Amino acid sequence: MNSELLPSSGIGMNPVVGYAALVLVALSTVLIGIYGLRISRTTGDFYVASRTVRPWWNASAIGGEYLSAASFLGVAGLILISGVDALWFPIGYTAGYLMLLLFVAAPLRRSGAYTIPDFAQARLDSLLVRRVTSLLVIVVGWLYIVPQLHGAALTVRITTGLPSWVGPVAVVVVVALSVVTGGMRSITFVQAFQYWLKLTALAVPLVFILLRLGSTGMPLTAQGAAFTADLDITGQASLYSTISLVIALLFGTLGLPHILVRFYTNPDGASARRTTLIVLGLLSVFYLLPTAYGILGRIYTPELATGGGADSTVLLLPGRIFDGVAGDLLSALVTAGAFAAFLSTTSGLVVSLAGVVSQEFFSGSVRGFRRAAVISAAIPLVFALLTDTQALAGSVGSVFAFTASTICPLLLLGIWWTGLTDVGAVAGMLTGAVLCGGAILSAALLGSEAAAEFAWLQQPALWTVPAAFLVTVLASKATRNRRPPGTSRVLARLHSPETP
Amino acid sequence: MFSAAVDTALVCAVVVITIAVVAALGFRLSRSSRDLGSDADRATYATLHTAALASEHLREGLTASGAAKASRHLRGLLRCDTLVMTDDAAVLASDGNRSLPPTVMLLIQRVLDSGRTQIFRSAQLDEAGVPGGGELVVAPVRVDQRIIGTVGAFAPDVNAGLVRATNELAGWVSTQVELAELASSRRLLAEAEVRALRAQISPHFIYNSLNAIASFINTDPARARELVVEFADFTRYSFRRHGDFTTVAEELKSIDRYLLLERARFGERLKVKLEIGPEVLSTVIPFLSLQPLVENAVRHGLDSTDGTGHITITAHDAGAFAEVTIEDDGVGIDPDHLRLVLAGHTEGVHVGLRNVDSRLRQVYGDDHGLIIDTAPGAGTLITMRVPKSQPDHQA
Repeated sequence: MNSELLPSSGIGMNPVVGYAALVLVALSTVLIGIYGLRISRTTGDFYVASRTVRPWWNASAIGGEYLSAASFLGVAGLILISGVDALWFPIGYTAGYLMLLLFVAAPLRRSGAYTIPDFAQARLDSLLVRRVTSLLVIVVGWLYIVPQLHGAALTVRITTGLPSWVGPVAVVVVVALSVVTGGMRSITFVQAFQYWLKLTALAVPLVFILLRLGSTGMPLTAQGAAFTADLDITGQASLYSTISLVIALLFGTLGLPHILVRFYTNPDGASARRTTLIVLGLLSVFYLLPTAYGILGRIYTPELATGGGADSTVLLLPGRIFDGVAGDLLSALVTAGAFAAFLSTTSGLVVSLAGVVSQEFFSGSVRGFRRAAVISAAIPLVFALLTDTQALAGSVGSVFAFTASTICPLLLLGIWWTGLTDVGAVAGMLTGAVLCGGAILSAALLGSEAAAEFAWLQQPALWTVPAAFLVTVLASKATRNRRPPGTSRVLARLHSPETP
Repeated sequence: MFSAAVDTALVCAVVVITIAVVAALGFRLSRSSRDLGSDADRATYATLHTAALASEHLREGLTASGAAKASRHLRGLLRCDTLVMTDDAAVLASDGNRSLPPTVMLLIQRVLDSGRTQIFRSAQLDEAGVPGGGELVVAPVRVDQRIIGTVGAFAPDVNAGLVRATNELAGWVSTQVELAELASSRRLLAEAEVRALRAQISPHFIYNSLNAIASFINTDPARARELVVEFADFTRYSFRRHGDFTTVAEELKSIDRYLLLERARFGERLKVKLEIGPEVLSTVIPFLSLQPLVENAVRHGLDSTDGTGHITITAHDAGAFAEVTIEDDGVGIDPDHLRLVLAGHTEGVHVGLRNVDSRLRQVYGDDHGLIIDTAPGAGTLITMRVPKSQPDHQA
């Protein structure tokens, strides 16, 4: 990883604060892992214990698991670099849940499937589809963990001055430990708490910053100058890139492995819908904050945009506005929130990946689950240490494009079209994987110099998603006689409301 | 990043290696088929292989879709131009270049009636309105003396060999259908067993609960009334007839009522602790699979010791599984005795455990039976592990 991108003096914060925040978050995570969040009740509370999770709690948990490094650090960084164009990211991240609400949440809950491979097998009654889907889910999960680890590398480097590899290794060790010791599995209340922690970690410093700026008469947006394109260091995004990005974010959310698992906690389809609606609200509120950080950053930390350290805007901004202890405390809060973001998203992903891996390769035993968890955490660590990223939000966007081109056609057509066959599903997923994976890889190989001409490679979703859908539909039509016999029964179950 | 030349070289290298590996594999595979014996041997292998392929499709018995797939393979065995399979009323499938009008059933009906293999010459085919000339031989498919369908072969000119082959084929199809019926009756038997194993609440419990309620009627009529209502709700759940599955939440509610009634009898001697992860509440489990375990824990924790019985019930997430444990600090069970009970060799007080154990094994496979940690005097810990995803079962 490239630590010389950032000038090391004058930009970092007080290392003691950084250490304190990181150790505190890591330690509390491990402790929760070891002791678990054991809420013991006596018989009097039996009804409380057997009452299912309220949509509010579950929605907070989804938010806690979903808001990753890209949301916490990346959005503000992108706004710093590309201004208004970057606003599509928070919009897309949130609007994905609209698609989930409309098309997937309730039917998927009613299917009784716990993971996407389970759904594929139940719907298409084919072991091959299950295998292919599992493989894709694992790939998507790993790709999604990598940016989290990059975020950790950045945070540790900035806040403590330690070398870059320390951050990812620390996150992986903490997550692997807590998953293997049996804690932090996917405990709803812990993840729900994470959402509010992240929100607080961004909101409190922001409130103080705004108060300070307001009372001292310092400019908030410099009379709107913060919004002009002069501050952008990237060119205006083309219409193609923007549409392609929005498609990727809209459809990519549908296939994220760690999100769908959460809907299983809802007792029925209707409450799954209600949960999604609340998630939409919670995310909308959250994304106001990094957006505000980004805009303030355009005035107060403009030099970060050119140094390749744009993603550190959120971490450094409080220290710029406040001096001394106040600045240190606010910085510590933001750092703790960021680290909590990496830990919660990574652990959610590792748990769901370990579930899939252990079921596919270790016949679902307890020991197999532990082994699978270590594997699921270690492989992305290797990737993260070998690669380097400049924009967290951008690299997460690529993962969304990949998910949208592979798993999304299977889910949407599986839920809404009777004609889907196993051959069609596999053909569509492989087409999407090859096209989208190839495009992203070749864009990476070409490097950032060739930006403008190769927008179609950097943002491939606009053509790979329709291609994957088209291939799925055509291959299904061509193999009409392979429609699984139980199709109408399965679809009836997906779409008819449960009897109370 | 690498330079463009290095990239190209890398891609070329990967392509060349892939082609080399595929070619080498293909060469090996093509060579290995040389050592497969004489032509006659290979013909036998081919026939057996085709029969195995076809039998797969007849696993459900004589169905239209199965027959359509099977007839494709079977036509190759008879080497006729069209193969037709029927049940006792209509043509199920035909494979070959002829299109068959429904009137062909007029001819086939004669075979169904007579139960003998028959040959129809081209004149008879014309009469029945079957175009294309040629001749047809039809053999009946019998299961237990019943004729359940036919197999027919069209050929330009039917000889004794084809008649013999068609007869043999019909016999083979009969065997396959019999196997299919065997499989389905085995499944029915398994379902019947699960139903028979569905736990029943013990008569002792009803008797004891009613007695306990009776003792409150004079001293605390309000509580007695409450208990009767709980008792009614508990029995309504336990006696329900529909559905073999329920959710952990439902089962816990029923356990709550059960414990309420038990506490009416034992008062403060019964201490229950709960640790329930809300994630697993909607997990589907077999109906009345937890209640017998709790009942067992209560009996062990209390009936056999004079002190207080502590029972801990936990339910939590374990990857793709939900894990439920029920622990008591009572007298425990002798492991050897328990082994005999679970194997079904003795009847006795622990028969509820065996019941739950065999139902879990029936439904989820042998890996998902109860795990019981116990020793005399050391309490009992019962663990149950069920997959969270069960699309086939609905609560």
